[in-house]
Amino acid sequence: MSAFWSAWISIITLGVIFGCTWLLFATRKGQKYNETTEETVGHAFDGIEELDNPLPKWWFQMFVATVIFGLVYLLLYPGLGNFKGLLGWTSTGQWEEEMQYAEKHYAPVFERFAQLSIEELHQPANAEGLRIGQRLFANNCSVCHGVGGVGAYGFPNLTNNDWLYGGTEENIKTTLVQGRNGAMPAWGDVLGEDGIRDMSHYVLSLANREHDAESASRAQPQFAALCAACHMPDGTGMHALGAPNLTNDIWLYGGSFEQIAHTLRHGRFGVMPAFGGQLSDDQIHLITAYVKSLSK
Amino acid sequence: MIKHETIEKNVGLMAVLIILVISGGGLAEIVPLFFKDSTTKPIEGMRTYTALELEGRDIYIREGCHVCHTQMVRPFRAETERYGHFSTANEHVWEHPFLWGSKRTGPDLARVGGRYSDDWQRAHLYNPRDVVPTSKMPSYPWLFERQLSGAQTGQKMETLRTLGVPFTDEQIANARSDVQGKYEIDALVAYLQALGKTHSNYSTR
Repeated sequence: MSAFWSAWISIITLGVIFGCTWLLFATRKGQKYNETTEETVGHAFDGIEELDNPLPKWWFQMFVATVIFGLVYLLLYPGLGNFKGLLGWTSTGQWEEEMQYAEKHYAPVFERFAQLSIEELHQPANAEGLRIGQRLFANNCSVCHGVGGVGAYGFPNLTNNDWLYGGTEENIKTTLVQGRNGAMPAWGDVLGEDGIRDMSHYVLSLANREHDAESASRAQPQFAALCAACHMPDGTGMHALGAPNLTNDIWLYGGSFEQIAHTLRHGRFGVMPAFGGQLSDDQIHLITAYVKSLSK
Repeated sequence: MIKHETIEKNVGLMAVLIILVISGGGLAEIVPLFFKDSTTKPIEGMRTYTALELEGRDIYIREGCHVCHTQMVRPFRAETERYGHFSTANEHVWEHPFLWGSKRTGPDLARVGGRYSDDWQRAHLYNPRDVVPTSKMPSYPWLFERQLSGAQTGQKMETLRTLGVPFTDEQIANARSDVQGKYEIDALVAYLQALGKTHSNYSTR
């Protein structure tokens, strides 16, 4: 802040405080505390007269106390332009203190668990670590994946040991840190409405669901040509691309004929947001342990 | 010595003294902010909203989102752990009006961009209880039915430019075609995903 604005703030602030103080004393007329008089302000309405008594003592003293409080406050805290205050307090300074305090108290806890493997974290002796992971999951993951990790339409179930992008510790950590961008292309224009119908029946057949065998057989060559590159020729999917296994009857976007046809027609672009920017490596480690524990 | 009687019986004098006292706070606390770099210069590398995000912002205002959601992360650990780096004044110099809000029925949204997928935002706005069973946020199904015409988007940008938001001529020229035919939900989700993402000075960890 420039010297001008610093002076501007200081002069106005102190000017208002001292101005109010002057006004308070100047209008007291030298009357004593609680001194009652018979003197009136000099006018009467319907026989009612207004007495001219001084401010009550407690009120006057309260005014003086607020002035003193204000001046002490301005001495201790930053309020007068560039004057930092005797305590040197700042809001960001207070925040940094809070962060350091937390780091000092929580870092050793996380550090202890960071050194343990996922398997060790699943031991009853380290249940505390898993509980921390559970709470981190509740705060950060449950809005999409559900409180118990059971997922919802469009948001994967984490309890069934079926993994879009792989279920190893490394896979899960990559998913958490970098996020994932699903990319099932829209095939409506390529396949046409008849093709969509046939392919939907073929996908139903892969999962052993009720389907029209004749219709499904017509789509088989196209599955090999268009779909197998990601979903593999046998339909078991590919973790590297996040292409789901189509044979296990687990459905992210529903397994009815209509829902499968919709997925084929319009594509699906499920996104897992990246949490590497928000959560520390140690926190990611505990969430990974918790997520792994869901499908044990 | 001045007598209170003198002040009470002179309306003009009393008005002058009242104005002096109550303007002191504004002159000392508000006026200097119009001349400080940290409150008038945008944070480094900040971009303007796109036409679609700007329309989304107007929907955010129209639906009263700011009544229950703040956009102001305060410098307390409890908040920065949950929402990311605390808000600073230079992030808001292009906000007309600012949407800091004053009440949190729902969470702060200053840095909600990228936290959830577009699909989640859409499902959540259609019916919050579909994804968060205990939510008490209202549903906004009409956003999925109403389309934007874009007729006024360019004019809005021009108006904001007179207030100092540096929209380019190109942005203004393309504003209509950028939003025309899009659904209101597209605009609102685009805006939500931009919150906290218009610059990259603060790590959210």
